[in-house]
Amino acid sequence: MIEGIPITHVLIVSAFMFFAGICGFIVRRNMITILMSIELILNAVSINMVVFNKYLFPDQLQGHFFALFIVGIAAAEASVAIALIINIYRRLASINVEQVNEMKH
Amino acid sequence: MDYSYTLLILLIPFLAFVFIGLAGMKFKPVVSGLIGTVGLGLVFMLSWYTAWQYFFVGGLVDGEYPKIIAMSVDWLHFSSSLTIRMGILLDPISVMMLVVVSSVSFMVHIYSLGYMKGEKGFARFYSFLSLFTFSMLGLVVATNIFQMYVFWELVGVSSFLLIGFYYQKPSAVAASKKAFIVTRFADLGFLIGILLLSFFTQTFDFEILTRSDHSIFSNAASSTFMGMSVLTWSCILIFMGGAGKSAMFPFHIWLPDAMEGPTPVSALIHAATMVVAGVFLVARMFPVFYFQAPDALDVVAYVGGFTSLFAAIIACTQYDIKRILAFSTLSQIGYMMLALGVSGFDGHEGTGYMASMFHLFTHAFFKALLFLGAGAIIHAVHSNVMQDMGGLRKYLPVTHITFLIACLTIAGVPFLSAFFSKDEILVAAYHHDKLLFAVEFLVAGITAFYMFRLYFTVFWGKERQYHHTPHEAPRVMTIPLMILAFGSIFAGYLPFARLVTADSRPFESHLDFGIAIPSVLIGLAGIVLAWILYRKESSLPERIVRSLGGFYRMVYHKFYVDEIYLFITRNIIFNYISRPVAWFDRHVVDGAMNGIGWITVTSSKMIRGLQSGNVPQYGMVFALGAIVLVLVFAFLIR
Repeated sequence: MIEGIPITHVLIVSAFMFFAGICGFIVRRNMITILMSIELILNAVSINMVVFNKYLFPDQLQGHFFALFIVGIAAAEASVAIALIINIYRRLASINVEQVNEMKH
Repeated sequence: MDYSYTLLILLIPFLAFVFIGLAGMKFKPVVSGLIGTVGLGLVFMLSWYTAWQYFFVGGLVDGEYPKIIAMSVDWLHFSSSLTIRMGILLDPISVMMLVVVSSVSFMVHIYSLGYMKGEKGFARFYSFLSLFTFSMLGLVVATNIFQMYVFWELVGVSSFLLIGFYYQKPSAVAASKKAFIVTRFADLGFLIGILLLSFFTQTFDFEILTRSDHSIFSNAASSTFMGMSVLTWSCILIFMGGAGKSAMFPFHIWLPDAMEGPTPVSALIHAATMVVAGVFLVARMFPVFYFQAPDALDVVAYVGGFTSLFAAIIACTQYDIKRILAFSTLSQIGYMMLALGVSGFDGHEGTGYMASMFHLFTHAFFKALLFLGAGAIIHAVHSNVMQDMGGLRKYLPVTHITFLIACLTIAGVPFLSAFFSKDEILVAAYHHDKLLFAVEFLVAGITAFYMFRLYFTVFWGKERQYHHTPHEAPRVMTIPLMILAFGSIFAGYLPFARLVTADSRPFESHLDFGIAIPSVLIGLAGIVLAWILYRKESSLPERIVRSLGGFYRMVYHKFYVDEIYLFITRNIIFNYISRPVAWFDRHVVDGAMNGIGWITVTSSKMIRGLQSGNVPQYGMVFALGAIVLVLVFAFLIR
């Protein structure tokens, strides 16, 4: 239990993280950075899960489990994404996301 | 009496067609030729055996030749009253036609082994010949008018294929199309005629249509259309089909052009067999014409008479030897049509019918001979045109003699076959209509003249400069010539009046010397005239042509019938019917379809712009969309 910190503060932090992630996802061109932005978004969501669980239903654990799930999925996603990025780099010698539009057709 | 073996007469050429058509390229060309020829040899023997069995073993039953259905199967079964059968009907005319078709076809098969030697598409030629023979035999033994129609179209197709045999030559392609379109147009009339007739009589069967009990026509007798009974109309329409196939005026325009095909084809299809299908059709339907539609029979007579005169006059001015023979064919078929038109039914009255069939029989031999002879000439000098020929009698002795026999025969010289048949036709015409008799009498003279014009120019006259010394055709070509020459001399001695008559009852016919002697004299006059003008090269024909002036030019251009057709089709039908229809098709029908396509393409182009492949952009759209949704759910929907 985190004493004396109102829920809104924590939520504001997570909202900042979330929108920072969205912003990075949209604005950045480097794919590694985009991947990091996605991690930010996911972490913001896990914070929300934990916080809501803690403040609203202190005697239950579903939110924690979800947070753990998200961490696991984020790890898996990061490994797949990095594998993809390495392959793209081998092909195009670049990890600029604007050049990776070959498969649009 | 068992006639089921006659099925083989149809099957052998059909199988030969399928086999040569599918497997012909696998062998040497000559193998295909031999397969076709041997098959036709069998058909030839079977046909003669059938004729012998029919006329002399089976013979008369109750004083008349029976109609025998040798085979009949249901082909299309729509309902109990509408069933279409395929079968084999044997009666005097179909048996006679079997003999004619198989004999001439056999001769042409043998001849073509020499004539077509080394041609590209030798196997194709033989497969088409077999197809034609099959269709023609199927046509003559048809038990009902529908089966006849089916085979009628099949012979049309084979004729088309064979006229267009040299398909690299634009003129051959044009000729084959012309033949196909003109006859198809005439067949439209035939089909309507069949539908009318079968609608009122409820049957397709020749046996029922031609039996002496006329009760099936009672329905139709009271129905009239534009002042004529429907039966007259249907008979005229059926005759229209016959006129198309037999190239009667005004459908004659395809036949001279059909000479673009190989010469053996002209001999088989466009002289001896297919073009007489129209005559055969009228003969087959003769009782219907005679009892139910005598007016239609008059149409037949006058169309025949007119065509015979018309074609004979044109033949005098032409220079292409095959075209001359084509016009002569028209003229002779006109004779046959006329003879049918003036014929009566019972016994001696039916002389015209008998004479028509008789002339068909003899004509097949001498005209096939003329064409094959012309083929031998063309083979020797490599040209169709008379101006390139002259003095050929020294180089082509066999062709010369056989061609002379054929010319004498067609001129009606006594005791050759056409003398007898033509005499019977003139007798029949004389007793029916003096005008038609006068026309035919005149045509007999003109015929002799133009045939001997051809003969003297080609075989006598002045020698030309040839590329190489003309040489006699190989034996495989001259033997059919000799056999056909034998046929054209002796075919006239068959007692036709005792075999093939309108009411199937034999009667005795004898020469009418009152008519035979003048007709022989006018024939001889024609020959003598040709002798004077063309025996030696002289300026006399030239001067006559000049004195005739405009008339000669008109005849030389075949009375401008082709030009009239072209004018009607090009200027009237194309301009005033086809153009607007084409415009409607191109702009309204195609426009609607193109419009639909255009809308699809443009909209998809617009949608495609959204898929840029740029992931951040997708992310932005997604995020904005999510925000919008959140706002919508947060503030608008509560």
